[in-house]
Amino acid sequence: MGNVTPHTPPQHSPSPPMVAVAPPVGSEADPLSTLDALESESIHVLREAAGEFDRPVILFSGGKDSTLLVWLAIKAFWPAPVPFPLLHVDTGHNFPEVLEFRDRLVAEHGLRLVVAEVEHWLADGRLVERPDGTRNPLQTVPLLDSIAEHRFDAVFGGGRRDEERARAKERVFSPRDSFGQWEPRRQRPELWNLYNGRHQPGEHVRVFPLSNWTELDVWAYIAREGVPLPSLYFAHEREVFARDGMLLTSGPWGGPRDGEAVRRATVRYRTVGDGSCTGAVESTASTVDEVIDEVAASRLTERGATRADDRLSEAAMEDRKREGYF
Amino acid sequence: MVGARHGENTRGLLRLATAGSVDDGKSTLVGRLLHDTKSVLADQLDAVTRASADRGLATPDLSLLVDGLRAEREQGITIDVAYRYFATPRRTFVLADTPGHVQYTRNTVTGMSTAQLAVLLVDARRGLLEQTRRHAAVAALLGVPHLVLAVNKIDLVGYDQGTYESIAKDFATHASALGYPAGRVRSVPVSALVGDNVARPSTATPWYAGPTLLELLETTPVATDHRDAPFRFPVQYVIRPRTPEHPDYRGYAGQVAAGTVRPGDRVTVSPAGLTSTVARIDTADGPLPHAVPGQSVTLVLGDDLDIGRGDLIAGATSAPTPREELDAVLCWLADRPLRPGTRLLVKHGTRTVPAIVTELAARFDEQRLGSSPAPDLLELNDIGRVRIRCAQALPVDDYADSHRTGAFLLIDPADGTTAAAGLVGRPLPVIPDGDGPAGSSPGPLGHDA
Repeated sequence: MGNVTPHTPPQHSPSPPMVAVAPPVGSEADPLSTLDALESESIHVLREAAGEFDRPVILFSGGKDSTLLVWLAIKAFWPAPVPFPLLHVDTGHNFPEVLEFRDRLVAEHGLRLVVAEVEHWLADGRLVERPDGTRNPLQTVPLLDSIAEHRFDAVFGGGRRDEERARAKERVFSPRDSFGQWEPRRQRPELWNLYNGRHQPGEHVRVFPLSNWTELDVWAYIAREGVPLPSLYFAHEREVFARDGMLLTSGPWGGPRDGEAVRRATVRYRTVGDGSCTGAVESTASTVDEVIDEVAASRLTERGATRADDRLSEAAMEDRKREGYF
Repeated sequence: MVGARHGENTRGLLRLATAGSVDDGKSTLVGRLLHDTKSVLADQLDAVTRASADRGLATPDLSLLVDGLRAEREQGITIDVAYRYFATPRRTFVLADTPGHVQYTRNTVTGMSTAQLAVLLVDARRGLLEQTRRHAAVAALLGVPHLVLAVNKIDLVGYDQGTYESIAKDFATHASALGYPAGRVRSVPVSALVGDNVARPSTATPWYAGPTLLELLETTPVATDHRDAPFRFPVQYVIRPRTPEHPDYRGYAGQVAAGTVRPGDRVTVSPAGLTSTVARIDTADGPLPHAVPGQSVTLVLGDDLDIGRGDLIAGATSAPTPREELDAVLCWLADRPLRPGTRLLVKHGTRTVPAIVTELAARFDEQRLGSSPAPDLLELNDIGRVRIRCAQALPVDDYADSHRTGAFLLIDPADGTTAAAGLVGRPLPVIPDGDGPAGSSPGPLGHDA
């Protein structure tokens, strides 16, 4: 596969653009545009957590939402470096394009990266491989162990409320007990833009700066800002096979089973996760603008289209959130 | 339709909250709004259709689109605030769908604290309930500028005009007593189940010539933010890179809470009372000629002052006087009752200080719009007037003048929970000192212009 990001938006790397002319926000009469309002809200949340907590960390998956989170963090603290590291839970089933993208992003922006490798937990017996071979559910334990080991007290996630019904009820600041559990009935009221980050020792708070963004907002902002993304998000040729209505690809996580025919197709990914359960969609969208057109016209949600882990049951996401999942 | 969110017709964003009593059909109404604005995608609708069939229903139960928690679906009620996003060619909407059950009123307070419009739902067969009056009072208290009453299940009263008009009149009377001017209170007869007057005008209500609910949401003028108000900027974070490129850079990061700031403006830093001049308004995209409420920026001042998180940068001629004693109205949100002498934390802007509730002055009765003086305690969901003494003076405004700098949280230091929503001053003219029913001259709200 090609490693080069196939779209060529205005590239502002290595740091967010320092341009002479300010963006067209806040003219005297107009309200802030939707994207400007969302950007300012997210930056406010990032700074609030940086101000209230001792050891925040960004959960980084290499997907577009966590990449956007990193982008916003760079902007929020400019011209100072981002005052917290990234944490990547590596299932060992990552797409190579994603790992390469991660390392390049970290190097270009002088970020600090902590990697929790699921392999280590499998090797010493703290985790055992599941019969179906998928490792997405195995991420929770390494995540919670890493939070405890590094004493992270605020964990930024790229979750958006428009993704799924259970996430629609998530607060921006969401306290977790020392087991990382989410208790929806005990959520704190979240009033105005006053966030309450109080927590007990050993507990941490999940913080979701992108709560109010939709998938389309994310793409529109990526287009506007020229946020770099892994090449997987854009159309490319790849060998795929169909399973449960999804197009999967072979990798360290396994390949086709008996009767699953492999074919070459032009595809792209709408979400990026564990290779064993993240499916591609057939698409010819090779630029951000083409992706936006495709997303706007799609009749399927991004997770519904391509994530087997969300299809387990009617309350799959709620159950995994309760257990401390992202 | 989804694409309209970024089209040329985007007129900013309307934040609204919905509230109703149990079984008013609110989740169905929200599901209907999402469905009829084509905000529901095929796999979501398939899932709802399948789940409805599993429950033996002939048609998709649209409430399942929004009731996301297992307990909610099992009990058929909404427990927590859910946020929904939809758009039409005219506007983008962020909807806070809040539960109706009285024990979850705190979530209604949450949803309404940022709303520019509240949709209250009643069942046409039952008319106004205690909860409706309560939700209207909460909306008035928090300064939600516009109220819309959706008289639902109009099909179940045979589309009867008299029933609708009597409910709408009751509601207008209650809202007016709460201080709402007539132009800010609207009613619309709907059937969320069938779709009458939600997104499509109904042929079954020929006596109703007004707009559909969606048209109301699209056309209600949203007051612009407080950009003509005195400038208020709570400092969130001090940016000091100490890098070779920026060895001496010192900027104060925050979000403009009220007013407009320009380079050259004289500012005062509270609570220390120091003054300086705004040298630059920085963002990662370059300096700005001005910044308005809602914008996250970094201020660089002309003088080297000792400023940190929790300080407030304000216009020099309009800076608030820091106060240790606060007169405030609380929505008490904790299970444990509030008694005089209780020690809590006040979070105001970016500052958190210890405080004592020294006096309970009155408990508000949102049904009779009266109040009882000097209550022994405030219980979960009570609204009351209190006096608070803070360990340090806070640069507060009256909530009526500036929501962002007149609002505060009370936090229980023992378990960290958010115990109350606090509003400085008397945000509701009908909350008297506690000498019997008010309502003599409920003035305009005055805090939403």
